[in-house]
Amino acid sequence: MACKFISNEDITLWLEALAKDHVVFVPVDDCGSVTFRPLAEGRKPVLDRVPVRSPKEAVFPQNETLLLYKYEKDLEDPEHSTVRIKETLPKERAVVFGTRPCGARGMTVFDRVFDNERIRDPYYATRRENTLFITLACNKVESTCFCHEVGSGPADTAGSDVLLTPVQGGYTAEAVTERGGQMLEASVFADGGNKCAEAEEVKKATREMLGEAHDYSDAPEKLLAVFDDDEFWEEQAAGCISCGACTYLCPTCYCFNITDEATGTTGKRLRTWDTCMSFQYTLEGSGHNPRSTKAKRLKNRVNHKFSYYPDTYEKNIACCGCGRCIKSCPASVDIRAIVKAAQARGAKKESK
Amino acid sequence: MQALAELKEQIRQALPDLDVVIGWQQGFDALHTRPLFIRSEEDIDKLVVNEFCVVNPASYLRELRGGKKVGLVLKGCDSRSVIELLQEDLLKEEDLTIFGFGCNGILNHTKLQARFGELGFIQSIENDGANVTVVVGDNKETVPFTELCADKCLTCVYPNTLQCSHFVGEESTKKPESEKNKALEEFEKLSLEERFAFWQDQMRRCIRCYACRNACPMCVCKDHCIANSREPKWLSEEVDVQNNFMFQLIHVMHLTGRCVECGECERACPMDIPIMLLRRKMAGVIRDVFAYNAGTNAEDTPPLMCFKVEEPTIEERH
Repeated sequence: MACKFISNEDITLWLEALAKDHVVFVPVDDCGSVTFRPLAEGRKPVLDRVPVRSPKEAVFPQNETLLLYKYEKDLEDPEHSTVRIKETLPKERAVVFGTRPCGARGMTVFDRVFDNERIRDPYYATRRENTLFITLACNKVESTCFCHEVGSGPADTAGSDVLLTPVQGGYTAEAVTERGGQMLEASVFADGGNKCAEAEEVKKATREMLGEAHDYSDAPEKLLAVFDDDEFWEEQAAGCISCGACTYLCPTCYCFNITDEATGTTGKRLRTWDTCMSFQYTLEGSGHNPRSTKAKRLKNRVNHKFSYYPDTYEKNIACCGCGRCIKSCPASVDIRAIVKAAQARGAKKESK
Repeated sequence: MQALAELKEQIRQALPDLDVVIGWQQGFDALHTRPLFIRSEEDIDKLVVNEFCVVNPASYLRELRGGKKVGLVLKGCDSRSVIELLQEDLLKEEDLTIFGFGCNGILNHTKLQARFGELGFIQSIENDGANVTVVVGDNKETVPFTELCADKCLTCVYPNTLQCSHFVGEESTKKPESEKNKALEEFEKLSLEERFAFWQDQMRRCIRCYACRNACPMCVCKDHCIANSREPKWLSEEVDVQNNFMFQLIHVMHLTGRCVECGECERACPMDIPIMLLRRKMAGVIRDVFAYNAGTNAEDTPPLMCFKVEEPTIEERH
């Protein structure tokens, strides 16, 4: 990978140039918390903090209009009406700037689900195709970081088009994809020179800060072994307050709901984020709810990420290790600890 | 907490007659605790009581209703939520065993983060009651406790657990820093237009995760909240300023006269939306109109849950 350099000052110029034909999402200070918002005058990117919201919203927005509809009455035959439908495929081109490697990696979890040999979700696939990710490698680690344990790392390039690494005076830039390479042809980029070696040192040092990685490879079978262990799941879920904060902030959670939002005879079909932590998520029309308790719902979330998804998609864990679910959990529920407890419980039972 | 050993001993003695005792244990790092559900002797040793014990254990009570014998370790503010639930006949006093202590205030993660960056980067933190010393990287900084504590602690007049079965250690003599919440006082100086603009900006950020609702000890509708009801459907699935604001206003109106200002809603909010402004405003209105402070006396009936031909605190126009 060719390595280039961009100074701190030139970052602004580069983003402004990109904003001419893209919506450029940057992490900004949004009344105290850091979220991704379109670049606009006076909005300065915040690059020393991890955004509280995940970059998935650029590709998978919380609200997405799938189509518009209108009922029209037949004046000759008032009993009869027809419906007109207008498809609303997203058109805009976007750049997500300053996501962390964990956040960008989250998109690879989406890709396997929404755009594969059997299924192509046109809304997702179009946005994904039209969105570029400029990722910022980490030079610090938080107590909630565990990217290195789920197959990623602080300089992971999966899901990114360009990887920036902070060095003295600016960033080194490496192209990950061909389209990323084209972006680096801009005149604000200089040859990386000796900055490249410095960037490699930063990557290595950050990886070392994370320490040794716990092995989750046997998690699918160990989780399956405790599937019917209600006592285990009730214990793990005791502190959970069954809100959906973890799933909404997660870069890999992709569940959605579809509703028709009507105003008189017109309306829109809307896709919105849903959460498996909610009682309504599996509430059936009959009134029966197979996941009636928070323990059953938490079991599903943990299993989906560490067992079902890896089983379906070639052992890939549906977790990028960003730690948002731990950091933002009102009750400090720790998904790492739950999976580890399942692994340990399995081992304890085997030894009996 | 000096009397921790004594508290553990009290719990140990009471445990055989209880299904569970809810307290706090160490979380994933030094700045976090998480709820502890004590069911056996070994669990007791995990109990911690410190300035990071932010979760209100009373929030779990709605799940434990129905004859379970529950013990709770509660701060003064937390204990008010239990009293309020008793007032509303949602709990039975004989099912509860409350372990009280004198609280000297808790630290606020949002304030720590605003001051020192991500909490996950903080290496160590020490609190001597008056000052907090924080180490981040090569920097060591000492800040007065009052600049980093939860807002509720600045106006707290109930630092000691109310109506408890057991009290451990010495009573806290902590006095409130001010009578009224400063943020609310500042907010009330704004014009109506400015206030509306403020809330529009804040409500845009709400992700409707319902952490505020689920963390609230007084939100007892639980899985049958109006916000999620499908038939009828009161709120659109669309997450926008209008619907978010509508939800938050429904939330605050359902709590008016009942909210004990424990601050769990705002603390739980991952987007740090200052929704306690709304709660404090309404609690102030209730104090002004009905001279009533929610959750301080189990014998009282909340003013909006009863009808009196003449309210003693309202001067009738004749």
